[in-house]
Amino acid sequence: MMEQAHGKLDAKGLACPMPIVKTKKAMKDMEQGQILEIQVTDQGALGDMTAWAKSGGHELMKHTEENGVLTFWIRKG
Amino acid sequence: MSIRAISVHEVAQKLIRKEPMFILDVRNTDQFQDWKIEGAGIQHLNVPYFDLLDGVEEILEQLPPEEIVVVCAKEGSSIMVAELLSEQGRRAAYMEGGMKAWSEHLVPLKVGDLRHGGELYQFVRLGKGCLSYMAVSGGEAVVVDATRMIHVYTDFARNLNVNITHVVDTHLHADHISGGRAIAQETGAEYWLPAEDAQDVAFAYEKLGHGTEIKLGSGEVSIKALYSPGHTIGSTSLVIDDQYLFSGDILFIDSIGRPDLAGEAGSWAMDLRETLYKRYRDLAEQLIVLPSHFMIMDELNEDGTVAKKLGELFLENHGLNLEKEAFVTMVSQNLPPQPNAYQDIRNTNMGKMSPDHEAQREMEIGPNRCAVR
Repeated sequence: MMEQAHGKLDAKGLACPMPIVKTKKAMKDMEQGQILEIQVTDQGALGDMTAWAKSGGHELMKHTEENGVLTFWIRKG
Repeated sequence: MSIRAISVHEVAQKLIRKEPMFILDVRNTDQFQDWKIEGAGIQHLNVPYFDLLDGVEEILEQLPPEEIVVVCAKEGSSIMVAELLSEQGRRAAYMEGGMKAWSEHLVPLKVGDLRHGGELYQFVRLGKGCLSYMAVSGGEAVVVDATRMIHVYTDFARNLNVNITHVVDTHLHADHISGGRAIAQETGAEYWLPAEDAQDVAFAYEKLGHGTEIKLGSGEVSIKALYSPGHTIGSTSLVIDDQYLFSGDILFIDSIGRPDLAGEAGSWAMDLRETLYKRYRDLAEQLIVLPSHFMIMDELNEDGTVAKKLGELFLENHGLNLEKEAFVTMVSQNLPPQPNAYQDIRNTNMGKMSPDHEAQREMEIGPNRCAVR
């Protein structure tokens, strides 16, 4: 069973770079160890979210893809 | 300072003229390393846009005072970064449409005149290394190995005031989506495909086989088919006007085709050997080879075209100068990774699936990997 997300971000319909811009902002208001759930429709976000989480020291716990919506769970590092 | 949009057309012209250009590529590092804009005059810096959200101050020292061309996957991030650079007093441009547009851009170049009247044009797809062709004579045109950007060819033909009467694919492509069938549908032209490659296709076509002859205009210019398997089982080369050899994905300028795209590396290696070391040896060395791909920018001539005499390739191309054993090893082992989505691309070219425009773009993203060197 996965832990409950502490925050949710809806970035659906936004084009690059906005999903990452918004994710970064939302992460700023969270505490270390907390989990953010992000939904995006920009398919380019898959590679970028993975790379961004890594470079920022966060943990991309998992992602799913359903009907064109990508959902990410990232734990703040 | 305001930022400027630079078109993929302008980038392509600079690249062919080998003009210096500094590219700040803001895609993530994996994407950059997999596939980027390459050329003799180009310098790169890769910093992902998400590392620049708080500003570009940290990279300013790594940038030249000249104009910086910012490139990303689609465009959005490059505009953001170009604006940040501009705020710091730097001259910055963003490439319109990003790498998606770069992947789709074709540069038409004249290769030469046909002896029996007419002209031959090569369409260079710099972003993917794909080459396609249009030969024109007596008011008619044939298109060979067309990309899916079909309006480039139909517009080009319209400007020359010629009708496209024949469309040929030298083989069933696995690296890019063919525009052949779509051009034929739009223009009423005949669509030719080697039967051995087309056994599973879901549409009607004209069978291209050894000895097939296609005539243009009043009939003086002819295109003769030469069966040349090895990249695929049906791969067929074309000799046009006894002057040019369309070698498809069998022979390139600095490399040769790979036989494994359909998972048949072992059995096709000997076919490829026979084609390159026997069938091609029987052809006139004066023929100018026009391949359907290039792998590196060094394969381009001064004018941007990709073309070289068959006789010169016999001397210079490493893949044409190997003992049998070394040849088989090279073409069946240590092969580069297969092109992105190659199975889906094959199925699309067979008419078995019909992805929408955006899905087709996604399928073709990335470099081309048809050759072995």
